[in-house]
This record gives sequence, C-alpha cells and structure tokens, in this order.
Amino acid sequence: MPEAANNALYAGRRRRNVIAKGLALAATALGLGWLVLILGVLLYEGLGGLSLSVFTEMTPPPGAAGGLLNAIVGSLILTGLAVLIGTPIGVLAGTYLAEYGRHDKLSSVVRFINDVLLSAPSIVIGLFVYEVMVAPMGHFSGWAGAVALAVIVIPVVVRTTEDMLTLVPDTLREAAASIGLPRAHMIIRIAYRAAQAGIVTGILLAVARISGETAPLLFTALNNQFWSTNMNAPMPSLPVVIFQFALSPYEEWQSLAWTGALLITVTVLALSIIARSLTSTRKSS
Amino acid sequence: MSEVTLNNAELRTGETPSRAALLRRMRTSDALFHGLTRAAAIAVLLLLSGVIASLVIGSAPAFRAFGFSFFTTESWNPVTEKFGALAPIYGTLVTSFIAMAIAVPIGLMIAFFLTELCPGWLRRPIGIAIELLAGIPSIIYGIWGLFVFAPFLQRYVQPFLIDAFGNIPVLSTVFEGPPYGIGMLTAGLILAIMVLPFITSISRDVFDAVPPVLKEAAYGVGCTTWEVFRNIILPYTRVGVIGGFMLGLGRALGETMAVTFVIGNAHKISASILAPGTTISASIANEFTEAVGDIYTSSLIALGLILFLITFVVLAAARYMLMRLQRRIG
Repeated sequence: MPEAANNALYAGRRRRNVIAKGLALAATALGLGWLVLILGVLLYEGLGGLSLSVFTEMTPPPGAAGGLLNAIVGSLILTGLAVLIGTPIGVLAGTYLAEYGRHDKLSSVVRFINDVLLSAPSIVIGLFVYEVMVAPMGHFSGWAGAVALAVIVIPVVVRTTEDMLTLVPDTLREAAASIGLPRAHMIIRIAYRAAQAGIVTGILLAVARISGETAPLLFTALNNQFWSTNMNAPMPSLPVVIFQFALSPYEEWQSLAWTGALLITVTVLALSIIARSLTSTRKSS
Repeated sequence: MSEVTLNNAELRTGETPSRAALLRRMRTSDALFHGLTRAAAIAVLLLLSGVIASLVIGSAPAFRAFGFSFFTTESWNPVTEKFGALAPIYGTLVTSFIAMAIAVPIGLMIAFFLTELCPGWLRRPIGIAIELLAGIPSIIYGIWGLFVFAPFLQRYVQPFLIDAFGNIPVLSTVFEGPPYGIGMLTAGLILAIMVLPFITSISRDVFDAVPPVLKEAAYGVGCTTWEVFRNIILPYTRVGVIGGFMLGLGRALGETMAVTFVIGNAHKISASILAPGTTISASIANEFTEAVGDIYTSSLIALGLILFLITFVVLAAARYMLMRLQRRIG
C-alpha cells in the first residue's frame, strides 16, 4: 500500500476514535446533566414552599394555604400496610425458590412469573385491584390502595430474597444438616441470618419503589381532602395529591405539589442510598 | 440458637418419650414451613393469573360490543359510547419509539464511556448517579416535564423545529403545527430520560462481562478504543444489549404518570409529533375514575389488557435474550 493512503487510513481511524470518545463523554455529561437539572429545579421549587405548616396542616381547598399532613400520614399508612402484607409473602416465596425448589418445575415457572410481575406496568396492577376489591366492595378504600402497593412489593422482595439466599454458601447448610437440624430450622436460624442484610435491602428497595407510585393508587385509594385513617374510606396519599395539585390552576396547590415532590424524592433517594450502603458493607466484610 | 441448646439439655436429661415428641414437633414444624413457602410461591403464580383473569373478564363487555373494530377505530366518544383503541395504541408506540431512538445511542455511549474510558475512581460515582436517575419516581419526571421541560420546548425547541423542517416534504408534516409544549414529542423525550438509566446500567453490566482476553487481543493488533468497542465488545454482547433495550422499551410502554402530565390527552392520531395525543396508560389514568357506564369502564380495562399483553411480549423477549447471553458467558 502506498505511504500516503496508509497515512490517510491511519488518520481516519484516529479521527473516528477521537470523535467516538468525544461523543461518549458528551453523552455521559448529558445523562448527569439531567440528574443535576431535575434535582436542582426540585430543590429550588420545593424548598421555596417548605415550612412547618406543610407538616402540621391539612391539604387546603383551592386557593387557600395549607399543608400536606393528611397526605403524608396517608402515604405512611398505605406504604406501611403494603410492606406488612407484601413482605411475608415475598420472603416465603423467595425462600421456596432458593431453598426447597431450587431446580423444580414450579420454581422456574414462578421465577418467570415473578419477573413479569416485577416489570408489569403499575397502572395495570391498579386496574386489577379495582376489579377484585373496589368494584365488589362498591367504594374506593385505603385497603385497596395498600393491597395494590403490596402487589408491587411482592415481586421485588421475592427476587432479592431468592438472590440473597442463593449467595449463602452451601457448606453452612450442610453443617446444619450434619448436626441433625431440620431444614426449616436451618433456614430460619442460619440461612436467614446469613442473608439478613440482603433481604432488608430488598425490602428497603421495595419501599423506595412504592413510596413514589401513583398510578396504582389513582383508582384504589383515590384521594381524600381531609384527615382520614379509616381504611374503608378513600385515603389521601402524597403522590396522588401531587398529581391533582400539579395539574390544577391554583398557585398554592402547585407550590404544595413541588414541596411534596421534593419530600418524596428525598425519601426515595435516602432509602436507596441506605439500601446500597447496607449491601456494600456486607460485601466488604 | 437458644432453643436448640435448651432442647439439647432436654435430650440429655429427658427420657425417650420427650425425645420422640421433640422429633415429631420438629418434623411438623418443618413440614409446616415447607408448606408455607410453597403456598407463598403458588400465591405469586395466582397473582399473575388473577391479574390476567380480571383484565379479561373486565374487558369482555367492550370486546363483545366492538369486536375486532376496537383495534381499528380511532374515535373515543363517551357520549355516544363508541370506543376504539387505535389512538392510544398509536400514541404508546410513537412515544416509546421516540424514547428509544434517543435513549439507545446515548445509553450505549455512556456505557462505552463507563467501561472503556472512565478512570477507575470516577466509575462508581457516575454509575451510582445514573442509577439514582432510575430511582426517581415517575411523578417527579411528570411534574418537572410539565412545569420546566414543556415550556422550554414550547419557547425554544419547537418553533425552531417547525421553521427548520417547514419546507422539507415529509418532515414538515412530522413537525407541523403550533408549538403547544405538551404533546407526543415532549412525552417521548421525558420517557427517553427515564429509560436511559436502565439501558445504561444493563449495557454496562454486559460490557463488563466481556472476557478481557478478547479486548486485549484486539488492542494488541493495534485497534483503537472505538474499534475494540465497535468490533469486539458490541458483537460479543449483542444479545444482552438488545435484551437491555427491550427492558427499557417495556418500561417506556407501560410508563404512566410522567406521560400523563405532558401528553395532552387527545384521542386522535396526528401525523405531527408536536400535536397532543394520548397513550394507553395516560388514557386509563386520566379517565378511569370519571368513566361512567359499563362500556366506558370496560373499554379502559380492555386498553389495560392490550398494554399488559404488549409489555408481556416485549419483556418475555428481553428475559429470553438476557438468559441466552448469560448461558454463553456461563
């Protein structure tokens, strides 16, 4: 090959390489830029409306000042109940997949089904709970909202429980079996203890996921302008209030929506950072 | 542990009957726990069957009333109770397509940066930041899109697009009309931001799984970084990367709140992507609580069923592809 053509080829390859590297850098900057932009706007708008009354007053009627107390409490109740309902089922099912039926047919089906549930559109879960709870009962209720969120919790917990139990070394199980410990006792006393941090992480991630969920609550728990801890009545929740207030034309409502959005984001980010640090200390120890 | 030691003491001092009783107790609790976990696993199975069954039963009136024309009708009229799913399906596909068209190249480039170019100490913080982007609830994207992003697009980007493509035959229809701010393009862009972290983190994970020997061999014969990425890493991980795309696509298709804020909820099909439209999930979120009458409710549930089936197919394909890659890497 003549020298000139060779040089041109080389220069072309180098140029392409530099361009590609530049594009990769630009793409990363763009991705991080969005994060900064979103969090920045959220902080700016949300902190502006943040005051003590947000935590002490009820959601206001249009055009008046107020807080988010009933929505915050509603969210806490719904999330707490959802975790209470979803976690035991999730942990037990995950245990079956990892301990009893690691290779049987049922497990491989359940594993696939769980993956489908894990990424099913959350609004479809809302429709499901509407059909099985709200329609037969004839009214929207806090219970329906909690169940809808629990349906979202279950697959997350199943997945992490299974993954974490699979990481527990088999030698531990064999040692327990060799001293005559029945399987159930081995799982509860040894496997769970070894996988503890991981399972807790899974639950935290599930909480993070549902604390921002709006779609499944829209037509299960609905919303409530007032203080309500009655689980058989419509119940307010932070995400639904944000949705309603943000789309309203009233400035007070919009500002409360931003504040609520900031609260949710801070909660979710804190939860996922805690969850992350739990697993990372586990790995390094 | 305490119970075991207690039991051992019992064993040492006790006579045979107590030992037999203890064994029996252990056996029942063992069987009970086994049964319990099995029941929970089956409950997960029933959950999905329940979701599908309830959607099928709920949507039956709509399908009985409209038959196959439900899929081919654009009109959505609560007054005359004539419903068709074409506009929401169209909106769902178009917004997801816009999202993927933007997020795929950017996500791939970020993963390229993270695996091949990024200095080691920066890799973890950037990776975590990108994953935090995935953790932000969708309603936050929605409110941000409505108050910040849509006005920005309306003022600066959309007029520019309309002017720039105004004289080009096909593109002038695609970018036609007044700049509303909200609309299918805005929804697609928000979705792109939302699926970006998924695509990035999955691509990064599969790129990391490429055996270093392959890359080193390519560098050894004088390949540039880009050439290694383009000719070694990408072909090797193709199945996994496509699986990652599909996971992102599944999320884009089913995403509700972010889209509901910025789509405009108009049940009509426009050639222009600047026009307001609707998606399946946005229609359900906007109209379900206000739906009066069985046919209206049932039509919305039918939309839910269609959405579920579409995402199911996409996600199943994604899992299958990721599984295939995993098997190859072993």
